[in-house]
Amino acid sequence: MTAVGEVKRRRIDELAARAGQVPEGEGGVSLTKSAVRRLRRDPVAITGAVIVVVFLVVAAFAPLLAPRDPLAQTLLSEIRPGFIPGSREGFPLGVDNLGRDTLSRLVYGSRQSLLIGVVSTVLGAAVGMALGVLAGAFGGWVDTVVMRFVDILLSIPGLLMAISISVLLGQNQYALMIAIAVTQVPVFARLLRGSMLAQRGSDYALAARALGVRRGRIVFGHVLPNSLSPVIVQATLSLATAIIEAAALSFLGLGDPDLARPEWGAMLSTAQDYLSIRPELAVYPALCIIVVALGFTLLGESLREALDPKFRR
Amino acid sequence: MLRFIIRRLLQLVPILLGLSVLLFAWLRALPGGPAQAALGERATPEAIARYNELFGLDQPIYVQYLRFLGRALTLDFGVSARTGRPVTEEFLERFPGTIELTLFAMVFAIGLGIPLGYLAARRHGSWLDSTSVIGSLLGVAIPVFFLAYLLRLLFAVELGWLPGSGRQDVRIEATRVTGFYVLDGLLTREWDAAWDAMAHLVLPGIALGTIPLAIIVRITRASVLDVVNEDYVRTANAKGLATQTVRRRHVIRNALLPVSTTIGLQTGLLLSGAVLTETVFAFGGVGSALRDAIFARDFSILQGFILLLAIVYVLVNLLVDISYGLLDPRVRVG
Amino acid sequence: MQRRPQRLLAASAAALTAVTLTACASSDRDSGGGGTEGEAESGGTLVFGAAGDPAMFDPAFGSDGETFRVARQIHEGLLTNEPGGTDPVPALAEDYEVSDDGLEYTFTLRQGVTFHDDTEFNAEAVCFNFDRWYNFEGLAQSPSASYYYQAVFGGFASTPDTPSIYESCEATDEDTAVIRLTQVTSKFPAALSLPAFSIQSPTALQEYDADNLSGSEDALTYSEYALEHPTGTGPFRFESWDRGNGQVTIVRNEDYWGEPALLDEIIFRTISDQNTRRQELQAGSIDGYDFVAPADYQTLEDEGFQVLVRDPFNILYLGFNGGNVPGTTANPALKDPRVRQAIAHAIDRDTIVSSLLPEGAEAATQFMPPTVDGWADDVTTYEYDAARARQLLQEAGAEGTTLRFYYPTDVSRPYLPDPAAIYQVVSQNLTDAGFTIEPVALPWNPDYLNAVQAGQADIHLLGWTGDYNDAYNFIGTFFAEASNGQASAEFGAFSAPEIFEALAQADAEPDPSTRTELYQEANRRIMDYLPGVPISHSPPALVVSEDVSGLEPSPLTAEVFSTVSIGG
Repeated sequence: MTAVGEVKRRRIDELAARAGQVPEGEGGVSLTKSAVRRLRRDPVAITGAVIVVVFLVVAAFAPLLAPRDPLAQTLLSEIRPGFIPGSREGFPLGVDNLGRDTLSRLVYGSRQSLLIGVVSTVLGAAVGMALGVLAGAFGGWVDTVVMRFVDILLSIPGLLMAISISVLLGQNQYALMIAIAVTQVPVFARLLRGSMLAQRGSDYALAARALGVRRGRIVFGHVLPNSLSPVIVQATLSLATAIIEAAALSFLGLGDPDLARPEWGAMLSTAQDYLSIRPELAVYPALCIIVVALGFTLLGESLREALDPKFRR
Repeated sequence: MLRFIIRRLLQLVPILLGLSVLLFAWLRALPGGPAQAALGERATPEAIARYNELFGLDQPIYVQYLRFLGRALTLDFGVSARTGRPVTEEFLERFPGTIELTLFAMVFAIGLGIPLGYLAARRHGSWLDSTSVIGSLLGVAIPVFFLAYLLRLLFAVELGWLPGSGRQDVRIEATRVTGFYVLDGLLTREWDAAWDAMAHLVLPGIALGTIPLAIIVRITRASVLDVVNEDYVRTANAKGLATQTVRRRHVIRNALLPVSTTIGLQTGLLLSGAVLTETVFAFGGVGSALRDAIFARDFSILQGFILLLAIVYVLVNLLVDISYGLLDPRVRVG
Repeated sequence: MQRRPQRLLAASAAALTAVTLTACASSDRDSGGGGTEGEAESGGTLVFGAAGDPAMFDPAFGSDGETFRVARQIHEGLLTNEPGGTDPVPALAEDYEVSDDGLEYTFTLRQGVTFHDDTEFNAEAVCFNFDRWYNFEGLAQSPSASYYYQAVFGGFASTPDTPSIYESCEATDEDTAVIRLTQVTSKFPAALSLPAFSIQSPTALQEYDADNLSGSEDALTYSEYALEHPTGTGPFRFESWDRGNGQVTIVRNEDYWGEPALLDEIIFRTISDQNTRRQELQAGSIDGYDFVAPADYQTLEDEGFQVLVRDPFNILYLGFNGGNVPGTTANPALKDPRVRQAIAHAIDRDTIVSSLLPEGAEAATQFMPPTVDGWADDVTTYEYDAARARQLLQEAGAEGTTLRFYYPTDVSRPYLPDPAAIYQVVSQNLTDAGFTIEPVALPWNPDYLNAVQAGQADIHLLGWTGDYNDAYNFIGTFFAEASNGQASAEFGAFSAPEIFEALAQADAEPDPSTRTELYQEANRRIMDYLPGVPISHSPPALVVSEDVSGLEPSPLTAEVFSTVSIGG
């Protein structure tokens, strides 16, 4: 163990170990089942889930829900510098600085924003997990090398890391996703490794090994699936962070160059210039970001509690 | 204890080496390589060759790295493409501002966060509890730059209570000693300058401190709740110790352990979070310089600043580890 | 204005790309405005919000607006621009005569002028400065250092391969400086109003080793003179530069030869975020800033601030890539005139002007504003007509052509107040006409300028603010022959001899009215060929608080603050 982020890592590891404990004495009810049961009774979880589901539905059915074409500069001819028409018939939330329907852009924006969140989180989680499995399954020098690398990544604060990657890859939406993904990698790697180590020492893994089951099968058939719950929790929480981070990168001029494509972070950044005449143009996308992030956080936190044996007293 | 500290310091070496390799590779990976990055896309082949020779880029890659490392060890990260000044000089000039801002943000977050978290836990389930839980969730969900604009709009523009940008009113002529403006004011007994510098920290400090505040409230609340349920607290209560004594001796002290580690982590993160806040508040610190460097594609500044900030981050974490070791004897063993 | 100098620009022949808006700011009290401030109060400090830091304070090495904004207050040249106008007028020179062959300029200098270090201003000082520029060595010769000198005069004493049009400067007596050129040029003497040709104190230049540049070509480290001891004759003298906080302080020059400045002190404070600048003005911590967003004009005026709108003296255009730059890949469809015409017909200029640009902006029909001599009222125009655009595209067999559309970020130019908005409207227009747009966003400086001027874009947004009232300063800058019968890389090195000839002919024509006609012809040929689409002329504005008076907006964005007062 090195000193860097000692505490941060310790917390990740604790979490991993804790969540990885195989539940006992729950009357034979599986971890998942009991978790779901408890989640259903938890108002916090329900609130989070409802928020997330609503936004997912909006994103999925954006073309049906949006009243207008989000790209059409319908009211552009009515715009004057210093004047943007407000809410009116057919444009319930008014239009943006180029005469495009704000509501439709918010609706379509959910697609791009969630996409950025999901892709970057999945990417980050996938790479992180691959590293974690490598380290957790092989142990020994592989473990050492992988974890040292992860430690180095952990020693660069997230936003700085995202900035460096963005600058490297140039300005486009994929670079944005990759930049955010990279910041997620180390957490997932550590988490999965810790969780797998805990599983490996568990009774069933020892039993399987004693029965002569091959290592690959133990890892992929038993240890890995049982180590996933902390990863799922972390992924849910990371989604919130990813969406907020995308907005920050957009603000720093490292966002998607196709400004016509609706995305909350970019909408929020653009709207800063019109704060003096139409502050609501900034407030709407900001609210969307806040509410979605809140939804994922609530869901993630209650998942964590539900999956954590310590909370089952 | 000394051995513990020395061991921790030694463990820094591989991390810092790894970091330097990463950042070296980063600059090499830039489109066109470092010469093009420095000279621009229209650089003639001759100019690139000259540059490569000047900076030893025609040498084998490990030689280049060793040279880079050698220079980095003497804190030489080259010169800024924008200002032509040494990167380290720029960093040292701007770092005090960021430290002041970070300290203010942490004082704000801790000063408000611990009492709030503690009270929330004490009145578990009350409106105060739910408000602080919801508030702390919102605190992490709101984009920092948006919050910063809102704060300034309200307190600087509408109400006019606080200054909304910079580190010091330009009309105040203050003597500079250390680069820490508040400290300078106190040292030189220019009270108005100190007060003014302090006032300039308030809005950016609050914007920057919101995320740590939210997290500290949550952690404090959770760990107080944890501790209250621990056996030793029940025992103490059962022994008939006065409520005050139990709280002071057992609850608060033990609950603060995880809080202190959070504080360390957050302090490190704030140093980079300042990029957004300092930009909005035109605050002359490391963060706003980084933002300018992003736009100007000032790669030597980016490389040097990121490495220096990472070093600071690592060191802050080291301090936390050490203080953790002091607070909790169990850690030293492990 | 201020396109940044090309690093490592091979030939200074590209020359005029350089001449920048600038007008050296002296307040010419003889010719304007002196008496009107009679009642204005003297004293006080003005805090002005700048968008960026100056590079240093020696204008001979300057290349950007923020550097010149400060330099204009400290330094003066032989000529300046009339306050509020675009024509060159005398400053440190009271008068000048040109020899019949147009090669010898005799300047009669103002008397009783001293530099801020009490060195006397005289003909020797003038010649010292000219010789200084001509004899630059080493890094000082790099285009990123002495860009404007090279743009106007060409090469240096030590570069025989790149000759200079400067021959000599002779101080025939205390107040007379004779400057000889090796060839006639229409740039001279108007170019002497550029701040890059400010006359600086020979004593200070020598004492503080002004020409001693170090570092590398792209990361210049300036001399002690440029950073700490700039010494001119202007109404303000340099006081201090707090780099960490981005604050430059200049104070009144009590010994100014003209009417002394009213303000005691000006502080230029860098606030890079536009929104922050506005809020800081509203909060009262700064007294003014430049390049107000058009969206804020009304709000600020309603709140009692003075929005000072300059006359439009600029051009915004959409440039096309001619596809002849080696090493780049431009869309070959742009070589087809019908495709270029389709783009021109697709763009709804009137809506852009009315919806996105401030009041007073106008749609452009050619690549220079109507106030410049040589503007032609009978050029081919391309009305907004999406159907026609689509039809032309169809005829060319280029429907769905993909264009890489470059636009800059993090910048507000006088001609381009909100690049993102204009990009989006133009992009939508082109999509409607049947093009496919692939956006590329780059930060203005250096990435965008480098990429665009190297011919990497298919189409791009760029513009220009004139340096003085001269057609060549606009269309010559854009379309003069750069090399081997080709235009600059920015326009994809297209080849159109008829344009190059017309421009060269006009530039060499000594008779003003004939020259004007020749420029009109050049404009007609340009608009027939259509190397890009001129979009608009936009009036940029400054804003100052209610109690600031005496600031006269300059179409060249070349304001001098000597007549400004703050009171009440």
